[in-house]
Amino acid sequence: MPTADEIKQRIESTIPEASAQVDGADGVHFQAVVTSPAFAGKTRVAQHRMVMDVFAGELGGSIHAMALTTKTPS
Amino acid sequence: MSDNQLRDAIAEAIKENEIILFMKGTPEQPACGFSARTVGVMQALDVSFASVDILPDPRIRQELSALSQWPTIPQLFVEGELVGGCDIVMEMYESGELAQLVGGDKDADAAPAGEPPVADSGLLQPENRLG
Repeated sequence: MPTADEIKQRIESTIPEASAQVDGADGVHFQAVVTSPAFAGKTRVAQHRMVMDVFAGELGGSIHAMALTTKTPS
Repeated sequence: MSDNQLRDAIAEAIKENEIILFMKGTPEQPACGFSARTVGVMQALDVSFASVDILPDPRIRQELSALSQWPTIPQLFVEGELVGGCDIVMEMYESGELAQLVGGDKDADAAPAGEPPVADSGLLQPENRLG
C-alpha cells in the first residue's frame, strides 16, 4: 500500500520539475495537487493524464482513487 | 448490436453534438453526485447539451472509456474533445474557462436553452437492459 509520501516522490521524479502535495491518510484514496511547467499549454485532461500515467495499472487497484488538481507555476 | 457498433454510435454522438455529457442517470434525475454536480454547472451556465445515460448497459461505459481513454464518469465533450470529468468541469467553471469554452460564440445556430437535445439516435438505447 503506497503512502502519500511515496506518491509524491513518484510524481516528482517522473514529471519534469513537478512539485506535488499529496494527502491520503487511509492509503487508498489520495488527493494530489501537482504543479509543473510541463503542463503549460496542455488541456486539463492532458495534464491529468500525465499524472495518472505515473500510476498506470494501480489506479482502481491498490490506489482506489486520486482526486487531482494540476497547475502551472505562476 | 455488437460492441463495435456501440463504439461507432458513441463516436458518432460525440461528433454530432456540440456539447454532450455522458453521465449516470439523466439531467432530470442524476444517479450519482458527480454527474449531478456536472449537470448543475451546465445548467448554471444556461447552455443546452445532449446527454447519454451510461447505466442501462455496462458496455456503454466500457466502450466510452476505451474511446476516450478516460476511466471515470461523467465525461463532458465539447466540439468532439474531452473536456474532463466532474473535478475538471468544476475547476473550469469556477475559473470562467468553461463559460468561455461553451458559450464563447453564441450564434443564431445555437439551440435554444430549455429544450436540451437527447442523443438517442436509437443506437445508444441498448436492446438489452442489463442494468
